[in-house]
Amino acid sequence: MSDVVIRAEGVGKQYRIGTARQAYGSLRETATQAVRRALGREARAPAAQEIWALKDVSFAVKRGEVLGVIGRNGAGKSTLLKILSRITPPTDGRIDIRGRIGTLLEVGTGFHPELTGRENIFLNGAILGMTRAEIRRKFDEIVDFSGVEKFIDTPVKRYSSGMYVRLAFAVAAHLEPEILLVDEVLAVGDAEFQKKCLGKMGDVAKGGRTVIFVSHNMAAIRDLCPRAILVHEGQLAVDAASDDAISRYLTSKPGTDRSRGQESQGIALERVEFEGVERSPYGLRLIPGQPFLCRTEFSAERIPDAIWLNLEIYSAEGICLIHLRNDFDGVSIPRRQGNTTVEIAVDRLPLVPGTYAVRVRLVYSRAGNIDALDSCEYPLQIPGVRGETAKYQSYVVVDRRWKTR
Amino acid sequence: MTDAAAAETVTVIQPQSGWLPIDFRELWHYRELLYFLIVRDLKVKYKQTYIGVAWAILQPLVSTVVFTLFFGRLAKLPSDGLPYEVFALIALIPWTYFATALNYSSVSLVGNANLLSKIYFPRLLLPAGAALAALIDLAIGTAFLGAAMAFYGIAPTWRALWLLPFTGVAIATALGCGLFFASVNVKYRDVQYTIPFLTQVWMFLTPVVYPASLVPESLRWLYGLNPLVAVIEGWRWALADKPFPSAPMMVVSILVAGAMLVGGAYYFRRAEREFADVV
Repeated sequence: MSDVVIRAEGVGKQYRIGTARQAYGSLRETATQAVRRALGREARAPAAQEIWALKDVSFAVKRGEVLGVIGRNGAGKSTLLKILSRITPPTDGRIDIRGRIGTLLEVGTGFHPELTGRENIFLNGAILGMTRAEIRRKFDEIVDFSGVEKFIDTPVKRYSSGMYVRLAFAVAAHLEPEILLVDEVLAVGDAEFQKKCLGKMGDVAKGGRTVIFVSHNMAAIRDLCPRAILVHEGQLAVDAASDDAISRYLTSKPGTDRSRGQESQGIALERVEFEGVERSPYGLRLIPGQPFLCRTEFSAERIPDAIWLNLEIYSAEGICLIHLRNDFDGVSIPRRQGNTTVEIAVDRLPLVPGTYAVRVRLVYSRAGNIDALDSCEYPLQIPGVRGETAKYQSYVVVDRRWKTR
Repeated sequence: MTDAAAAETVTVIQPQSGWLPIDFRELWHYRELLYFLIVRDLKVKYKQTYIGVAWAILQPLVSTVVFTLFFGRLAKLPSDGLPYEVFALIALIPWTYFATALNYSSVSLVGNANLLSKIYFPRLLLPAGAALAALIDLAIGTAFLGAAMAFYGIAPTWRALWLLPFTGVAIATALGCGLFFASVNVKYRDVQYTIPFLTQVWMFLTPVVYPASLVPESLRWLYGLNPLVAVIEGWRWALADKPFPSAPMMVVSILVAGAMLVGGAYYFRRAEREFADVV
């Protein structure tokens, strides 16, 4: 049973910035450009910048294997998944896949707010590739799993967001393809429901199905995937046991954020260090009782007009909980060539135990361009008082005293 | 494990370039999704409306009244010996189908942008579903038309079965144009603003308010370049007792409809590889 079901060879995807990202110039702009070119006013359209979102990626996955895919935002993970799931074709290379493919890039794809829960189960199931007979067979199970049976004939626009997600995930969880491609879909819903879903994914993995799982949740990657690949700046950096891949991910130099689209202007994050945390296989782990400190060093080849440093902490669901920026606090960062170090110290992070993400983001402006940025992101674990069993429905903690009489 | 016996599906993912054939086997495989997309469009369309499917009748009915008043009574346009209101209504039922189907299929890709960027399925299903969903309105409209004709004492004959092939011509035209416009609309949203205006002009190039017999005999084949000519004249011929319209005009018209469908489909296949990145 060691046959290869997915073989990717030299896969690459090129985007032309200005045609892909800021895609739609109106017809008029295109027409004006064409006329200008015809009149010789403009020798050529401004050279479109081409970037390789993915370049020369090769790997193989065997039947029944669960492969994790990790990497920073913009590293090319999602592009890889979109190519594997045939949403967008590659520019280069070739992939051979043996078996029926199911894709879960988000839960509830195609859900229509006006339709009832029942109608959406059938619609969403069909979109995910299930047959009508299959959906009918699993219908009761899906409704049970979602826990919304009372509202199954209510339009989903009247659902709470929690109910919506549970129903959507319930459909997805009952998808039974031979190969399952999953993006960060577990980052939704409350903690309890997430665990239920992780359990279901675990079953999937044990059921001998081949799974490719993209996540920022290092704990989930470690639990579910024996092997992981690390995608870094569009290239496959590591293909190893997931513990090794994760530790390489956590110790790697901060990557440049591809969403900036401009040349780097010679300014880049060089080093990001933290104090008050320890490195664990799950990412950074806060040491209770110690102040949290972030030390950032960046280099500038030329003097920027202005520079801002952002420190942001996100919940597992991607909600920005804390956003610190130097100018919010009346601090200015010296504008100069060469290296600058900035430290931010926080006495206590008022967050409940759980998994978060810390993002350091450098924004600078030169000659009026403010959109250029460089950033890096780390998973952050805040340990509970006794293990990780507490179920919080909130993010923030306050100082408190309990008394019982 | 239940699929172990079934032949294993092999998918090859490669860069795409140039013209691609239409994969009918895959379309057949996804037929249930097409069904659900049509059901969704229909259900959503009439949810939270007060008069519901009566909308399917109201639109051609109001146009008939207005046209009868202005073109029939005031301008006294000829109507091939039929009462003008019947003459107009027979044309407006398939015309309304065409305009609706064209409009819906043209915006179907942009309206389903989240599907395009999140999951794979043959993209052709979206405009096709939109064009087919509008057939329900056509069926309701046709039933109403039957009642109206009975009221005027015009009984249909077996010839009425010819409505089906002529409706096919309307579907081919709407879908062919819809596929083209939908692909262009992904890149240039200008298209969706052009369509209401385009259909308005198109209607006056089609024998809706006047009979095709008003066009000089020698120019009929040229007039036939508009495929809707065959649809409307075909419907009138199938339902009312009148001689078959000019044959060269009808043949040209039907061929153009076929060409539009094939051309639209191939253009769509060529454009679709960019949809997820651009939409």
